[in-house]
Amino acid sequence: MKMKWKNVFGGIILTVLIVSGCSKKGGDFKYVKIDGSSTVFPISEAVAEEFRKKDANIRVTVGIAGTGGGFKKFCAGETDISDASRPIKPSEVELCQKNNIGYIELPVAYDGLTIVINPKNTWAKHITVQELKKLWQPAAQDKIKTWNQVRAGWPNRPIHLYGPGVDSGTYDYFTEAIVGKEHASRGDFTASEDDNVLVQGVSTDEEALGFFGLAYYEENKNKLKPLPVDDENNANGRGPVAASMETVMDGTYQPLSRPIFIYVNQKALNRPEVSQYVQYYLENAAVLSREVGYIPLSKKAYALAQKRVEKRITGSLFEGHGSQVGVQIDVVLEKSLQ
Amino acid sequence: MIKALLFFCGMVSVLTTLGIVGILVFETWGFFQHVSFKQFFGDTQWTPLFTNQHFGIWALVSGTVLTSAVAIGTALPLGLLAAIYLSEFATKNFRLFVKPALEVLAGIPTVIYGYFALTFMTPFLQNFIPGLSGFNALGAGIVMGMMILPIIASLSEDAIYAVPPSLKEGAYALGANKLATIFKVVLPSSFSGIAAATILAISRAIGETMIVVIAAGQQPNFSFDPREAIQTMTAYIVQVSLGDTPTGTLAYQTIFAVGMTLFLFTLLLNLFAHHLRRRILKGHL
Repeated sequence: MKMKWKNVFGGIILTVLIVSGCSKKGGDFKYVKIDGSSTVFPISEAVAEEFRKKDANIRVTVGIAGTGGGFKKFCAGETDISDASRPIKPSEVELCQKNNIGYIELPVAYDGLTIVINPKNTWAKHITVQELKKLWQPAAQDKIKTWNQVRAGWPNRPIHLYGPGVDSGTYDYFTEAIVGKEHASRGDFTASEDDNVLVQGVSTDEEALGFFGLAYYEENKNKLKPLPVDDENNANGRGPVAASMETVMDGTYQPLSRPIFIYVNQKALNRPEVSQYVQYYLENAAVLSREVGYIPLSKKAYALAQKRVEKRITGSLFEGHGSQVGVQIDVVLEKSLQ
Repeated sequence: MIKALLFFCGMVSVLTTLGIVGILVFETWGFFQHVSFKQFFGDTQWTPLFTNQHFGIWALVSGTVLTSAVAIGTALPLGLLAAIYLSEFATKNFRLFVKPALEVLAGIPTVIYGYFALTFMTPFLQNFIPGLSGFNALGAGIVMGMMILPIIASLSEDAIYAVPPSLKEGAYALGANKLATIFKVVLPSSFSGIAAATILAISRAIGETMIVVIAAGQQPNFSFDPREAIQTMTAYIVQVSLGDTPTGTLAYQTIFAVGMTLFLFTLLLNLFAHHLRRRILKGHL
């Protein structure tokens, strides 16, 4: 016991020394501070890396506090840009207003939430939105525990669920799209903020069903099997549709396709380093988002977003309602510019 | 001056402990303003972060007890046999080589044990046990057993070593062979030392965090089936404190209520172990 405290004490001293050593600011660097969704992080980071090559005097830092955590900092004026895997929520709109923070909302790419099962699962070929709802809604907790409870004909074997934790925008969007209410789901599943944990879980468990962003499925294709989703609405693709770059892009993978965003602080945009970074972001998001596993918006959408920045149009395209399902970004963007 | 400085250093640990206990009690008090004892102790579901809220601590306690039981089930026989071998059978040179090697196990960072459980032990066990989830209490528990093995082996060996030679010689004089001497005389005489080692190992297992966070799953599950994914008390605390839980919310207070439960568990065990060790020192075997 004694030994332990000594170590702790030494650790504290060491930490203080290291931190104080690091906090000396050298040179005349300019900073762009970004925080927020871990889903958007790969794109923002890729853009930041390229951008650094262009101008070494600008330091771009990208954090991963989660969409909700990012907005908390953003609306307190601590960050210049917030990464978000869902639109801003009413409570966050209020917080920003209270602190007099104006923001410009810019969609940067699409993501498709993929329902995945183990490759050894032989019985499930597709699933409907109704069945997903039955399985994930709060009332299912401790009740729906076997595959045959989801669909008669599936075996009487336990079903093990895997999904992102409650701090993630991916969880928010999934619950909105499937259960119909943001942040409402059962609680007895393996919840992790780290998507790699979910991949590991589903890939080693025959009775598993999980969901996460398309990028993580694409990266682990050989270990997972995607489960096509049928929204029973023939207007956007007949029958079950599997998640892929194509189906997300042409809008048939519904309701689990979603745009992802960055939010830019209006005042910060007057600083040249921030506006240069945002400019560079919109110019290169098409290439870089594909590189890291997401689906680019149309050329038109990026041009419209560019205009939004030039005209300094603040507020949310989604009127601050949080996650919305089945959004066609081009259409919404165009409307907002008229 | 130096004396005051040293006094201050000594007080740091005491004050830290007092501070921790104080905060635990304070926040736990706040938690029980919202959640009744009946909800806490009378339910087997633990889902405080979700819409359908349940606060049944047993779902987490069962996870902790299960992994610790598997760990002790692995470490006690292995550790005890290793201790017997080292003190009674091994040659001096071999002992000089093996004992430090065993203690090196205690120096491996637990995050490495965690990934060892996840990426080696579990796939290995899946060869024999069909239906074993990718995250499960069994693999995590066995690897945790390896981690606490040095505690049991080393402390038990000290206890066995401390058995007076006269007792052993007496047994031999009565015609007992080596095995009979060990199991009938040496082990019973060193019982309280071995028990103290075991209890220390148990409290280490209960408090272990990294291995179970990585390998046992993060699903509160009131079950004593080691093939399933579970969540321990420590893993829950990690899960919540990693996110952006605002202070003062119920979700924030749950981690203190769980922490308090955990604290009481290990406190009781440590007191018991302390008591046993004192008995040894006094010579009551």
